[in-house]
Amino acid sequence: MADVYLSGKYIGTTDSPSEFISRVREERRKGIIPDNVNINHNHESNEVFIEAARGRLRRPLIVVKDGKPTLTDQHIKQLEKKEARWSDLVKQGIIEYLDASEEDNTLIAFFESELTPKHTHLEITPLAIFGLVTALVPYANFNSAQKVNTGSKNQKQALGFYASNYHIRMDMDVNVLHYPQKPVVKSVMHDISEYDQHPSGQNVVVAVMSYKGYNMEDAIIINKASIERGLGRGTYFRPMVAEELRYSGGLVDEISIPDKDVKGYKSEKDYRYLEEDGIIYPEAKVKEGDVVIGKTSPPRFLSGMDQYRLASDTRRESSLIMKHGEEGIVDLILITENGEGNKLVQVKIRDERIPEIGDKLTSRHGQKGVIGLIVPHTDMPFTISGIVPDLLFSPHGIPSRMTMAHLIELLAGKTGGLSGRYINGTIFDSEPEEALRKELLGLGFRDNGLETMYNGETGEKFTVRIFVGNMYYLRLKHMVANKIHSRARGPIQLLTRQPTEGRAKEGGLRLGEMEKDTFVAHGASLLLKERFDSDRTVVPLCENCGIIAIHDEFKKKNYCPICGESVEISFIEISYAFKLMLDEFKSMGIYPKMQLKSKY
Amino acid sequence: MEDLLKKYEEKLPSAIIDEIRENMPKKISEAKAREILERIESEYENMKAEPGESVGIVSAESIGEPGTQMTLNTFHFAGVAEMNITTGLPRIIEILDGRKQITTPMMEIYLKKPYSQGKDIKKIAMYIKETKLSDIASEITLNIAESRIEVSINEEKAKELGITEAKLIQALKISNKTLSVDIKKGTYIFKAKSKDENANQIYKSKDKIKESYIRGIRGIKQILPVKKEGEFMIITAGSNLKKILSLPFVDETRTTTNDIFEIEDALGIEASRQALINEVYKVIDTQGLNVDIRHLMLVADTMCFNGKLKGITRYGVVKEKASVLARASFETPIKHLISASITGELDPLNSVVENVMLNQPVPVGTGLPKLVTVKDAGKK
Ligand SMILES: [Zn+2]
Repeated sequence: MADVYLSGKYIGTTDSPSEFISRVREERRKGIIPDNVNINHNHESNEVFIEAARGRLRRPLIVVKDGKPTLTDQHIKQLEKKEARWSDLVKQGIIEYLDASEEDNTLIAFFESELTPKHTHLEITPLAIFGLVTALVPYANFNSAQKVNTGSKNQKQALGFYASNYHIRMDMDVNVLHYPQKPVVKSVMHDISEYDQHPSGQNVVVAVMSYKGYNMEDAIIINKASIERGLGRGTYFRPMVAEELRYSGGLVDEISIPDKDVKGYKSEKDYRYLEEDGIIYPEAKVKEGDVVIGKTSPPRFLSGMDQYRLASDTRRESSLIMKHGEEGIVDLILITENGEGNKLVQVKIRDERIPEIGDKLTSRHGQKGVIGLIVPHTDMPFTISGIVPDLLFSPHGIPSRMTMAHLIELLAGKTGGLSGRYINGTIFDSEPEEALRKELLGLGFRDNGLETMYNGETGEKFTVRIFVGNMYYLRLKHMVANKIHSRARGPIQLLTRQPTEGRAKEGGLRLGEMEKDTFVAHGASLLLKERFDSDRTVVPLCENCGIIAIHDEFKKKNYCPICGESVEISFIEISYAFKLMLDEFKSMGIYPKMQLKSKY
Repeated sequence: MEDLLKKYEEKLPSAIIDEIRENMPKKISEAKAREILERIESEYENMKAEPGESVGIVSAESIGEPGTQMTLNTFHFAGVAEMNITTGLPRIIEILDGRKQITTPMMEIYLKKPYSQGKDIKKIAMYIKETKLSDIASEITLNIAESRIEVSINEEKAKELGITEAKLIQALKISNKTLSVDIKKGTYIFKAKSKDENANQIYKSKDKIKESYIRGIRGIKQILPVKKEGEFMIITAGSNLKKILSLPFVDETRTTTNDIFEIEDALGIEASRQALINEVYKVIDTQGLNVDIRHLMLVADTMCFNGKLKGITRYGVVKEKASVLARASFETPIKHLISASITGELDPLNSVVENVMLNQPVPVGTGLPKLVTVKDAGKK
């Protein structure tokens, strides 16, 4: 006797669970029970679970009866003639959706040829076990599973042709690849998703070899001439938005060139691109610090501060300025009104991004790497037939990661490129390597893809043959131009007087607790002090009560808030953070008394 | 040769001199022997910690960094259930935190001469293992109608363990003082002594009855006799060092436990310091990592130096720190600051953390020596 649960609630028992389950399944296929009900028999605990709740991940499978799929050629013909649809097949119980629990009770065949009477279901296509993006990885069944996953993730970050109306869109932080290509090695999913309409990579000639150590640790070497021909070239778009906000008291922001008496006025030079309406003109080349949209805001805290009215009369500068390290060309200007009826100005800045050292590229197999060196065409190694590779890939990335499909794609791409056709690399259903090799041999190349190569600098022949092929490379959106950062001096935080944090605020690079420990471990005590000097302050200290005293620069006087002027006051050097901590102690009701003594 | 060694007696510790004496080739020219000694001396000097070297942080980094590489948390003995040992990082954390209750206490019991050759090894093992009623009971049922608990015994098991009816009933009476025990047709019947106990209380005592101690040494849950390097010994899960050491057939010089607090209890603080070093070293060694033992000695010393074993936690070693600011920078700062302000504590700023806070030179390495120019040195 088995207990039966419906959506996790106990509803009764059944004496013959397997009969009960097959009846439920039968009726579901007939359409008596809704098709989103799944039933599962847990043999271990002898319990039957019927699931009808929302939020279960389900996938379609072809129902198999007596070792034969219920989906027949007739059905397929109907589908082709558009006489029947997918939903009809689901209604007829030919295709059913299973959730994870019901899958436990099934035996699913990958291919029709594998079917035995024991099988209950057949995969529609082996491709269906993957998602859309993962199915774009060619020859993925030759890769380690983890790399298929990263390969799929990387494709989502690739530069491409994301929308055909990109030039009139105001998307945040997007990139467009200038010369996207269709991949030579593709899978069925490329056709299904009409990948040709929005490709996101380029076919490049890759030689698997090292080059003076500049492609160690996954770095890649790129041919300078390839870049100049447009390899990986893209444009980066970033919109800047200004809105004329309304404040209480009828005050509004104003988009215009700020007057010189505005609080926080920049220099005249910073406003030089602005036209009469306070907005920059198209195709202006802007650099960091340049004002893109001139804007002024009403003074802060106006209400309730009427007695200070005189001082607060001036408006504040609140223009949109190119941030630190940013540059570009003004691409598109949009003046409109938002939902609240406020004037809205959007300016799109475009910046051409030519691949440079540090930019990230990847194949479709999780073999990502950063450009380590850009080599002039003349110095690149070349093959006996005069082909100069676009890209050099380090062989050390292969063995530990076991991305065999990376190598197969190189071979397939080479065959496809030479024979002028697309190669089918669909997972579990790809053109076999053997056939590719045979075809390559017929095209006059070695079947293993190796080629004799010559040193581009000396012209000497390399003693080993080098694996050269053609494959689809993607440029990822992580670019050094958006990430490069350094600082010698710069802004500090108001509260702690320590350097600000983060690239956007031109911040410092933190020397953390563990880094501090390394200084201590080396006994570099004075160096450590110097490194932590960023918030160094000299404060007066009352030697009588041990509290920080007051230095009056105006009257040239030092005095203690407790003891007055008639006490000894000495100046000490401490970090401002410590002074802040002493203040916080005081706020907690703790009296932090400092006793001074001579260090020596 | 001896003359030469005598010269080095001042420069090298006697343990090293003894080692040299033992390992120096018999036929060796004096020049070569002198060179060997010179090299040993310079090596010895190199290995010394210099004045002002921050041994604490070097030790912390030397133990901490390999700790990040550690894998594998437990080690299993094939074939014996419940016999696994916590190793790796969890074990190191457990030791250094000074936890009183370790996850897998374990003993290695060595035996004296005739027994170490295998005499009565099974008997000894049986004798050591703690037997509870649940180990020999085949069924424990709660009879609510008559508010009593009935236990039937697996006769075979009892016989195997050499437990007779008389022995059993005596042991049960001792370990269940609030209940009366009777035998009827092979079933043991537990009843409340006082009549006012209700069914619920009887039910509660069911678990207690299961755990009734019958014989053996308390705490020894599993035993595994093994032959190691030609002699028999017993590995146990569970530990009770004091009781085991008092047994006549146990070799008390080699028998040990991985429960450091039991060692402290039975053998004193010096033994527990050594045990601490051994236990941590064993973990690091089995992971194939290499840490100089002196780092562990320093940690063990800080944990043991005031006579009681203290973990490296805010309740242990950190609590003992002299500096308020150093304590506050570790964990629960407000608690430390308030209690320090109540007693009016003075922080002499003698250690590293406080000086980093104030941005003063830390008193290690280059921060230690103090050079002062005397202003009018030339005049006098
Ligand atoms: Zn004062």
